[in-house]
Amino acid sequence: MADARLAASRPLSPHLQVFRFILTMAMSIVHRMTGGFLYVGTVFVAVWLVAAASGPEWFARVDGLYQSWLGRLILLGLVWSLIHHAIGGVRHFIWDLGYGFDKKTADRMALFNLVAGLLLTGVVAVAAFIFA
Amino acid sequence: MVQLTLPKNSKIKAGKVWPKPEGATHVREFRIYRWDPEDGRNPRLDTFFVDLDDCGPMVLDALLWIKNKIDPTLALRRSCREGICGSCAMNIDGMNTLACTKGMDEISGPIKVYPLPHMNVVKDLVPDLTHFYAQHKSIEPWLHTSSPTPETEWLQSHDDRQKLDGLYECILCACCSTSCPSYWWNGDRYLGPAILLQAYRWLIDSRDEATGERLDNLEDPFRLYRCHTIMNCTQTCPKGLNPAKAIAEIKKMLVERQI
Repeated sequence: MADARLAASRPLSPHLQVFRFILTMAMSIVHRMTGGFLYVGTVFVAVWLVAAASGPEWFARVDGLYQSWLGRLILLGLVWSLIHHAIGGVRHFIWDLGYGFDKKTADRMALFNLVAGLLLTGVVAVAAFIFA
Repeated sequence: MVQLTLPKNSKIKAGKVWPKPEGATHVREFRIYRWDPEDGRNPRLDTFFVDLDDCGPMVLDALLWIKNKIDPTLALRRSCREGICGSCAMNIDGMNTLACTKGMDEISGPIKVYPLPHMNVVKDLVPDLTHFYAQHKSIEPWLHTSSPTPETEWLQSHDDRQKLDGLYECILCACCSTSCPSYWWNGDRYLGPAILLQAYRWLIDSRDEATGERLDNLEDPFRLYRCHTIMNCTQTCPKGLNPAKAIAEIKKMLVERQI
């Protein structure tokens, strides 16, 4: 009985608080977050499409919101989320085939995912600036 | 369940700063997690100073120096002091590793030492590994056969034996499992990297005849599929093994048997 009380009073050792924030773990968290953003972002896109289908007045209203600087910032974030999450998906696909588990390879893949995602988002932003 | 912060009774308070050893010229600072089950207080972080001229090069040497020369109540597990027993697994400088094979010169700044993460603490650096061992038992880590026992050994070709390399070296120190966020949040049901590497060690053994039953036992959203390839296990393993790859191989075996 005394033993059981003692066991119940045991503290939980620190985890996130003390474990080093390493690249592969960080990129796993970012992959989850971008997945969450896309979930919400899909609603934004759906609203845009519904507005377009509801006539020019509705579309102008919603599109006006999306074209504001805040709207554009959110859209840019969504573009990054989509690109980053897609590259991350390929990374997971490579792992599912049984490759890329070497420590150095995993670090390189994580870094590539981060850099390529940001670069391609930059390309999309520049293209949008030129063509839109 | 995901809980990012520590429960109230687990929050770490400031601890005691022990005096520097007199007359020492090369001193290294240690910050060590302490919890005494008998004083009813929260865990705390004590500061110690180790005289490097009087102490061996490894973190374990320093911990034992502290225990022998400063505070004999410091509790930790250790046995072989050469990386083969797995007793002195703990969180050092942010990564889970063995105190006996971690050199102090590999770390810059004060050396922070905590017990293995997200475990119930028995005392100081000693975590409760009961559940971890129960999970190991659940995968039945021994040879299963139905064929008649041969008069001599169960034979194995060189090629088949080589499939066990990178698996049999695991010393079950629990560094990998306790580095894994999935194991932190779902350790009650998820088997974790160490146990899954052990499971794969028996799945891939050419002499074992229970591959189907073993795979049946693992085909579960929690027991196996909580692995999301976060890679902390492989990054932290003090023996340089690759639990993440072993888990991926199990997932592949489960797909392959569907085809």
